[in-house]
Amino acid sequence: MSFLRNLINGISLGSVYAIIALGYTMVYGIAKMLNFAHGDVIMVGAYVVFVAMSNTMPAVPAVLLSIVICTGLGILIERIAYRPLRNASSPLAVLITAIGVSYLLQNLALLIFGSNPKSFASVVNVPDLKLAGGKLTITGETIVTIVASLVIVFALTAFINKTKPGQAMVAVSEDQGAAKLMGINVNGTIALTFAIGSGLAAIAGVLLCSAYPQLTPYTGSMPGIKAFVAAVFGGIGSIPGAMIGGILLGVIEIFGKAYISSQMADAIVFAVLIIVLLVKPTGILGRQIQEKV
Amino acid sequence: MKKGLSKTTRSNIGTFLIVIIAYIVCEILLATGTMSSGLEGLLVPCCYYIILSVALNLVVGYLGELSLGHAGFMCVGAFSSAFFTRAVQNIITNQTVRFILAILIGAAVAALFGFLIGIPVLRLKGDYLAIVTLAFGEIIKNLVNVMYIGRDSSGWHISLKDQISLHLAADGEMILSGPQGIGRIPKESSFTAGFILVLITLFIVMRLTNSRDGRAIMSIRDNRIAAESIGINITKYKLMAFTVSAALAGVGGVLYAHNLATLTATSKNFGYNMSIMFLVYVVLGGIGSLRGSVIAPVVLNLLLDFFLRQIQLIGDNPVIGFISDNRMLIYAIVLIAVMLVTWNPTMREKRAALFSKSRRGEAE
Repeated sequence: MSFLRNLINGISLGSVYAIIALGYTMVYGIAKMLNFAHGDVIMVGAYVVFVAMSNTMPAVPAVLLSIVICTGLGILIERIAYRPLRNASSPLAVLITAIGVSYLLQNLALLIFGSNPKSFASVVNVPDLKLAGGKLTITGETIVTIVASLVIVFALTAFINKTKPGQAMVAVSEDQGAAKLMGINVNGTIALTFAIGSGLAAIAGVLLCSAYPQLTPYTGSMPGIKAFVAAVFGGIGSIPGAMIGGILLGVIEIFGKAYISSQMADAIVFAVLIIVLLVKPTGILGRQIQEKV
Repeated sequence: MKKGLSKTTRSNIGTFLIVIIAYIVCEILLATGTMSSGLEGLLVPCCYYIILSVALNLVVGYLGELSLGHAGFMCVGAFSSAFFTRAVQNIITNQTVRFILAILIGAAVAALFGFLIGIPVLRLKGDYLAIVTLAFGEIIKNLVNVMYIGRDSSGWHISLKDQISLHLAADGEMILSGPQGIGRIPKESSFTAGFILVLITLFIVMRLTNSRDGRAIMSIRDNRIAAESIGINITKYKLMAFTVSAALAGVGGVLYAHNLATLTATSKNFGYNMSIMFLVYVVLGGIGSLRGSVIAPVVLNLLLDFFLRQIQLIGDNPVIGFISDNRMLIYAIVLIAVMLVTWNPTMREKRAALFSKSRRGEAE
């Protein structure tokens, strides 16, 4: 029974990683950059809900507000910090700027909210599910998290395959220059990608803090990095890959915590990354990209 | 007439002179007692910050890759050397010999880790290296925190669980005790030792970057495919730069460890924020500028502290108070601003146009 409980906890945590990893993988696939600030957008999203709900706003509007604010934040970051450097001579430039943005968001949150952890009230209002005569409890948070991640993956896949803006994203990720010649608004498409990724980050932040109700300015940074590991694991640039990678990573982390050593859980997650890069650098569902001279 | 020294050599000698003059000034201030004890305590940290920034600049500025794990290499160097010092404390009594050996061991172990972590990753592209080095730093920090090593008359005991499971005899002593780290480290770091290590670090990096190997490393940065096509072994040179950088970071760690009585691995000192701190020094000093990597840590630690204190002495100024309380916030903004101004292609063109205009103006 404890095995099942750990498995469910792992899938639940993994679903959060998957939602974050989707944002990473889309941005990486389309803008070809590692958005280090993504994890901190999660934290911003959680703080928005925290503030809104402490001012007696109901849960659903609070979450919607958080999505709107994070979407705006994502577009703003892309416009101010990343777009001017997109054609810089060194690929390091935008990476270092992204680290700067991540640092800035953390320290702004530190300035506004202080370093004391805030206890986050769960936004989920779904009753716990009791199975096997009450021996196995699946919390409402878990159910909502898993359902939300599945809905998001299907919606995103449909969006990318069935709509014009989605197809524009595919085109931009294949070849920016050619996409521009076909009349695709490359800047707009990349901004849209950041918007979607950041909106997802807000959802992930709320779900993460509902399951682990401690909110600090650093809440987002570790899950953000782990979600990147998940995106690499699943094959960066691939949406189903992000889902699979996220869930596998969540299960590995919880099992590592339960059966190996609770202090070593993070180390195990990162060891997974190094092993994946050694054995199959493209990840589970990734494609080999041929470099053109 | 013999042509004067080359431009790089002159610039390098200039950097050495700056370091030496700064050392002499500090020594004079110390001897006359003008320097406050707070600032005096920052001298050794400044030395290891400089070593770390120069080491990181070798990777970021010359190799063109991003490492976010230099705090991890520092951690490796710190723990291996502190462990060595504690282990041979009663065997080698000469402090200088022991410290030199500790430095060599710290550098060697960090280099080994740099080499091991470099093999799988350096074949991949930039972003992966950043995230894997970050992961490495976290793994090292985690590992150190679960290791327990002690010894007694029957030999060494190692455990990954806790102190009790070591089953030490009554005469045994703990050397590394998990989250409590390594205690009772003799304080062997001094400002002079730090100064000498800074000089050695600068010498190594300058020699490397001005050599045939160094030019090969820079050619990889400028155009990997072109470098490969003229027969440069990419993996070899990347590994070389990365390993040297890791070894130097390890030396910084040795200096750090022997400046403390108790060495622990927390996210504050060896976490990923520390690696970013070094990156801030490198970027603000100037990517690829060794002199900048020397100056930035000194300015951001020693001089900034000095001036903020002086201004606070005159009167409580809310702006200055805000700056000294939220230094990281300011650093982040400056980091983004510096990157946007110096790396933006349009800004670069404008700046180039401006300079060429003023130069033309001079010529006329």
